[in-house]
Order: sequence, then structure tokens, then C-alpha cells
Amino acid sequence: MGPENNQAEVAIERLSKSFGSQKVLTGFNLNVAHGETVAVLGRSGTGKSVLLRLLIGLQKPDSGSIRIQGQEITGLDGKPLNEIRKKIGFLFQEGALYDSLTVQQNVEFPLDRHTTLSDAERESKARALLESVGMGHDGDKMPSEISGGMQKRVGLARALALGPALVLLDEPTAGLDPITAAEIGELISQLQEKHKMTSMVVTHDLHGAKHFANRLVMLDCGKVLYEGSFEGLQKSSDPFVVQYLKDAA
Amino acid sequence: MLTNLSFALILAGAFAAGSRARPDQLSVLGNAVRTEVTGFFAWFGELAMFCWRLARVAFVPPWEGRELVRQMDAIGSKSLPLVALAGAATGVVLSLQTRDTLARFGAKSMLPTVIIYSIVKESGPVITGLIVSGRVGAGIGAELGSMKVTEQIDAMEASAVDPYKYLVATRVLACVAMLPLLTLAADFSGIFMGWISNTLAEPISLRLFFDAGTKGIAFSDFLPPTLKTAVYGLIIGIVSCFQGMRTQGGTEGVGRSTTSAVVLSSLCVILADVVLVRLIQVFYP
Repeated sequence: MGPENNQAEVAIERLSKSFGSQKVLTGFNLNVAHGETVAVLGRSGTGKSVLLRLLIGLQKPDSGSIRIQGQEITGLDGKPLNEIRKKIGFLFQEGALYDSLTVQQNVEFPLDRHTTLSDAERESKARALLESVGMGHDGDKMPSEISGGMQKRVGLARALALGPALVLLDEPTAGLDPITAAEIGELISQLQEKHKMTSMVVTHDLHGAKHFANRLVMLDCGKVLYEGSFEGLQKSSDPFVVQYLKDAA
Repeated sequence: MLTNLSFALILAGAFAAGSRARPDQLSVLGNAVRTEVTGFFAWFGELAMFCWRLARVAFVPPWEGRELVRQMDAIGSKSLPLVALAGAATGVVLSLQTRDTLARFGAKSMLPTVIIYSIVKESGPVITGLIVSGRVGAGIGAELGSMKVTEQIDAMEASAVDPYKYLVATRVLACVAMLPLLTLAADFSGIFMGWISNTLAEPISLRLFFDAGTKGIAFSDFLPPTLKTAVYGLIIGIVSCFQGMRTQGGTEGVGRSTTSAVVLSSLCVILADVVLVRLIQVFYP
């Protein structure tokens, strides 16, 4: 599951973002290679989710650069930004499924908007995606009729609908019981191998990250505190990292 | 927002008039007034930016035909019974109230004209505008508000779909298209029930009632008041969508957006009516 080559799929340089007087990211740097899975760890409120929102253009940085597949996105808006977004799949923390649409229609939504597939082809593709996340029999249900774990699976299927080159997952296992969280972690690993996509996963689930990530990045006070393997993280003598590992155990 | 501002200004006036206010109290009050005034102008600024963003996406392809039809059904057909009922009630009340008044002046034969004229010129459009701003304004404010706080609108943007085009433009256009049609329904049911009410007291055929009532009415008496409701639709759609899209603060925020969508759109409809009636008088004397 390692990186296929060294070309940076995502290149972030000196990225800064503040909300009023609160500095969330300060001079943040990170490169993610093609096919790599990077897990972003850190305390709540350290800017992990903000980082993902900046990557998809839902928020604008105060300064710095974000290049996706070599294209600078910080100054983009409207149609050019949407062209980049079509290459990115995003799983929101709570799933963010459209509650007026069925599970099947949720997965069909991006296909309907951005492809020229016929109705039958679209339905078939959405069904295949739902089956790949273990939700093949729940297509007719409404989001309110399925559990939180199932909503995340559907959200994942929707994120993968357009065959994205980059997938951003915002706390995919948050709020789930350990068994469901492990299942979601396993699912991410399987999809990773199947689709060979680049991923950035914001998570608090250290054990899950150990399985599905090639590299861990730990954020603190808006900066990268640690970047490397799980084994390296365990050997770190940084007091914050030591405390984090102790509390996560 | 408007009520908070009025309240702050009234309090400021009361304090300024009183001589026992301490400097610290005046300072607190001054800050409160400044915050409300700033908020008031910020609201208009945000509304202007919202309208600009909407205008940029509403009339360029791809067209959201399916969603537009769905919204026209939700806003139009589902409001029809309520609007027709309100129109009917207005027709009955007009008939009951004006019969005695006209009889006193020996002008009972004018009753069909008064009913039809009142309903077509003012009651029908305004009743429709207020009913739709209540039903549809609340629906849009709550729906978009809950979509906002549950990140569904962000998810739509992340899917490279412009929510202003898919959610806002379709709802605003549906309101603009449906209001005149709903007004026709309110006019029809109001006139029909006005006739029923009239004929129960003094039998008269529908044809005679209608002929007598429309004798002095020109097409220009009918068309502008009906079409002015398209402006009400624009106001209801924009204000409700705007309040929904700027929702913050979870379920409490959704409640606030819903209430403000109804209150502000109703208020704006009433204020717009004053301006539109005057404009119609100018252009169709």
C-alpha cells in the first residue's frame, strides 16, 4: 500500500489560517505523495478539520499555498475550483448525507451532476459502490433510518462515486463503537488497495491509523509536531507526543 | 434583527431622556446600540452579496430543471389548498361586511363589484403573499437551516455542486413563478365564496354576479395586482433562503432562522405592497 512514486499529489506550503485572534494553522507544511495515506492526528481544535476544509476550498487560507496535482487552488473560485473538487472525495465527520434523498440517491447525486451516465448505468454504479461498503441492501432507506456507522459507509461510497484521485476523510471512526470503528478502518484499507488513491485522514483513532496510514502527522498549535511512521511516533520523546500516546492507550 | 434594533434604539432614547443614568450604564447601552446598528447594516451587506452570488449563477447552465419542478410542486401545489381556503374566507367576510354598509347607502347593487374589485386588487394578492411567506418561508428557512448546520450544504459544495444554483435559485424561481398562479386561485375562490355568501342572503346567479362585478373593471385593474405577486415571490424566496443559508448554532439556530424567515419575509411583503401599489397607480392610472 505504499506510495507508487514521489510525485506530490498534495503540496502544502506555509499555510496559515486564523479565526479572529485564534490562530489555527501557522506556517503549516506537508507533502502527500501519489497513492499515499497520511493520518493527521492531534488534539481537538488544533486545525485538523480546518486543514481538510482548506484543501477542498470550503474555507480560504489567510496565506500560504495548496497545490493539488500541481495546481494551485488557494486563489480558485467557481468553475475552476469545482473542476478540482471533482477529483477529490470528502467524507464529513457526521456523514452529511442529504436527508431528503435515499441512500442510493445520495450516492447517485455526484454521478447525476457530473457524468453522462444513463439512469440504468448510474443506478448500477451506485449499487456497486454501496455493495463495496457493505450497504448493498440498504439503498432504499433514508439516512435517518440507518445507524451512524452505516451513514459513514454511505458517505464513503458517495465520496468515491466520481473515482477521485484524492480522498479526504474527516474522523471516519469518531463516535463509533470499537468494533464498527475497526470495520470502517478495515474498509478504508480495502478501498485504498482497490482504488490506489491518495488519502488524508483526520482521526483520533491511533490504532486505526496504524493500520491504514503510511505516514502519521501530529499537529499541535497549528504546526507539525511529528511526521513519520507509527514506530517513530512511539519512540518520540516530545512531551506532548508521549502524553498523547499515553492517553490514547 | 429589526426588533432588536428598535428595542435598543427605544431604550437608548429612554435613557437619554432620563437624567439619572450613570456613565457606565450609558456606556453599556451605547455599545449595545452600536452592535445592533452594525448588525443591521451588516445584514443588508450580506443580503446584497447573497443576491449578487445568486444572480451570477441563476441564469447560466446547467439548468436545474428537475429540482425547479420539484420546488414548484412543493411551493405551488402544496400551498394551493391553504391559499384557496384563505381566499374563500376573505370572500365570505367581504360579502358579509360590505352588504350592510352598502345597504345603508342604498348601493347594495354594487356588492359584486366591491367584492371582485377588493379581492382582485388587494385582498387576493396580499393574502396569498402572507400565506406563502408563512408556509413556504418557514419551510425554506428550516430546510436550508438544518442542511447548513448538518454540513449538507458543505457536502454539496465539496461535490462540486453550487448550492446557490441547486438550492437557492430553484426555490427563488419557483416562488416567483408560483405566486401569481396561487393568487389566481385565491382570487377565484374568494369571488366564488363571495357569491355563495351573497346568494344565500339574496339569490343571484353566478353569471349575473360576475357580469355585474366585472362591468367596471378593466384588464389593467386585474393584471398588475396579480403580477405584483411575482415580486412578493422574489422577496419570500430570497429572504427565506438567505436566512436559511446563514444559519449558525445548531438546532437553536435553525429555530431562529425559521422564525426570522417568516417574520422578515412577511414584513417585506407588506412593505413592498405599499411601494408596488403606488407604482401601479403611477403606471396604470
